[in-house]
Amino acid sequence: MALPTYASPLERIWYYTYLVICGLVFLFLIAPILIVIPLSFNAEPYFTFTPKMLAFDPGGYSLRWYDTLLTLGHPAPETPRDATWWSAVWERSTWVQAAKNSFWVGLWATILATVLGTVAALGLSRPEMPCRRLIMALLISPMIVPIIIIAVGMSFFDAMACVAPGSAASLIFGVFLSEMGCLANSQLGVIVAHAALGIPFVIITVTATLSGFDQSLIRAAQSLGANPRTTFFKVVMPLILPGVISGALFAFVTSFDEVVAVLFIAGPDQQTIPRQMFNGIREAISPAILAVATILVVISTGLLAAVELLRRRSDRLRGVTGR
Amino acid sequence: MAEATPVLLTTADGRPLKAALAAAQARSRRRALFLVLPLLLFVLVTFLIPIVYMLKRSVEHDGFATSATATVAWFAANPGFDPANPPEAAFAALVSDLARMQAEKTTGIAGTRINYSVPGTISLFKAGARAAKDLQPPFREALLAVDAEWGRPALWRGMQSAAGTYTTEFYKVASDRKLRDDGWARGADNERIYLYLFFKTFLISGAITVICLLLAFPVAHLLATLPMAKSSLLMILVLLPFWTSLLVRTTSWIALLQEQGIVNDLLVGTGLITDAGRLSMMYNLTGTIVAMTHVLLPFMVLPLYSVMKVIPPSYARAARSLGATSWTTFRRIYLPQTLPGIAAGSLLVFILAVGYYITPALVGGADGQLISNLISFHMSKSNWSLAAAIAAMLLAAILVLYWLYDRLVGIDRLKLG
Repeated sequence: MALPTYASPLERIWYYTYLVICGLVFLFLIAPILIVIPLSFNAEPYFTFTPKMLAFDPGGYSLRWYDTLLTLGHPAPETPRDATWWSAVWERSTWVQAAKNSFWVGLWATILATVLGTVAALGLSRPEMPCRRLIMALLISPMIVPIIIIAVGMSFFDAMACVAPGSAASLIFGVFLSEMGCLANSQLGVIVAHAALGIPFVIITVTATLSGFDQSLIRAAQSLGANPRTTFFKVVMPLILPGVISGALFAFVTSFDEVVAVLFIAGPDQQTIPRQMFNGIREAISPAILAVATILVVISTGLLAAVELLRRRSDRLRGVTGR
Repeated sequence: MAEATPVLLTTADGRPLKAALAAAQARSRRRALFLVLPLLLFVLVTFLIPIVYMLKRSVEHDGFATSATATVAWFAANPGFDPANPPEAAFAALVSDLARMQAEKTTGIAGTRINYSVPGTISLFKAGARAAKDLQPPFREALLAVDAEWGRPALWRGMQSAAGTYTTEFYKVASDRKLRDDGWARGADNERIYLYLFFKTFLISGAITVICLLLAFPVAHLLATLPMAKSSLLMILVLLPFWTSLLVRTTSWIALLQEQGIVNDLLVGTGLITDAGRLSMMYNLTGTIVAMTHVLLPFMVLPLYSVMKVIPPSYARAARSLGATSWTTFRRIYLPQTLPGIAAGSLLVFILAVGYYITPALVGGADGQLISNLISFHMSKSNWSLAAAIAAMLLAAILVLYWLYDRLVGIDRLKLG
């Protein structure tokens, strides 16, 4: 909003005040995220800038907290860093284990949420869908209902969701469940919970993409002799793919950042990055958490860039001009 | 003159057109429903059934009913007894139950169950159970000699109400009602911890919503009126926090606001405060409000932005050309047009704030805890039914707000980024 030429002096003052306010709000939004990056290179175990850091003395900076991420839980951190050392990092190091678990859970939760969510969004976007509003409300509700309520419910349910040892069901599902044959304390329990939490995001992004979808394209494809499968994969899918991918990224981030459900339903041996951070902040707060935070900020910046590019591509494909 | 009979339209194969259309529509409805069905089933199993389970848990506790079978049977036979003066038979049943509880090591479970309505009963039950096998008739006098508490009418009322598997007791406890000698009554003002915390949660959420609205309004306006290239760049500043891990943001607020943190260092460095007078902004209510505002601000900016984006600037210009001052133009012309965005953003932020858990748990300290933290506390103390009852009350509040959101804004208008 540029200032009109007829603005009075008072209006000019107000306009510049307004710009300053906006600047401060942007600072409030972004400063806490950027501040962790320099802090994570602190050479001292402090959560603030040391005088050496402020003087830009290289001695005030170090990579020791990133090193901690590799060596925490390492059986022999002091030995030379050869192939055995690195394989021990991969196999034993606490943070690396947490990262592997987080990625694995996130991957499966994303696949579940994206496949089920996309198919459902296709149904929901059809004009003839019965009880559309009610179903939509139900499917979005995992995003609205407080996570603590979902986690409490799931912890009750998962403790009851067991298969009898030795039964046919335990032969099929046993490998996914805990040693007791229950959903509680099992990795599957966490994956399923995270998928449920990610579904609203997939539904929202895919239905948004489909809202600008020209239904006559389907009829055109069919009139040209395409069967439903060809129509879906050759016509519908390429057009909604950007929405599907950004929904999947949202679902992945939701799972990757989720800690409450993990705290309530995962077993004590199931560490994830957010759970490690949560415990770290609660108990002994060390700048190693800032190093993890920095890595996560880099990842989220990458994801944001990906989603923005996808949205632009989607708008272009659907012929929406402008933003 | 005979009325003209309407010509019945038929399809090529001779079926009435109306019936054929209805059949075709039913088929396409089924097809649409069929696509949604897998997800509906998944959400049913992973989300709805657990919540129903939780609701069941909130009215169910058989800790006393299964371990004090003789007393429960006596209560069933004498529903109208006088709690102030239970007869010898009731005491006899209770003493036999206590003796068995001691043998079966279920005293703790039964005592815990009664403890919800009558505080202090766990130790009473344990002492009673230890003494039970040596007691001789008359049991009434014998048990009262162990502890006069056994004659309290409130205790007998509590045991009677715990005799069934299903009870509304946990809701009474969670709404600060107390079991007195003459029945359930409102707790004294200094005992009303649960409703107080609900009230406090709503108050803090309201405050955060207002702060978010005040901060988001100018920013959304700027984003909506700037040229595309500039606003896209600035939008990143709003979206990046949205994409950044909640725990990262909480960590950085700790680094910024704690007593040895950056903001305090800065204030001391500039001489605004002394080293001894460092502000405590973390691990208290201030920390909770600041960190939650930061986390929820994007949820306010985005709906406001999408509404402000489509407000034509010509209305404001028309108002100005008709002689309105800039304040009048804002108040009478611009603000009313942004109301849908204000409603959408405020409701969303409020709903998310009311159920917040992680940030208050990490930075809230003693006075920054919200209702979710209380649920978590009771879960960690194995007070499952009480936790479930509080969660059910929170869920009811959220569902009302969600319904309101759907009526005012519409769920399908929910957008991300």
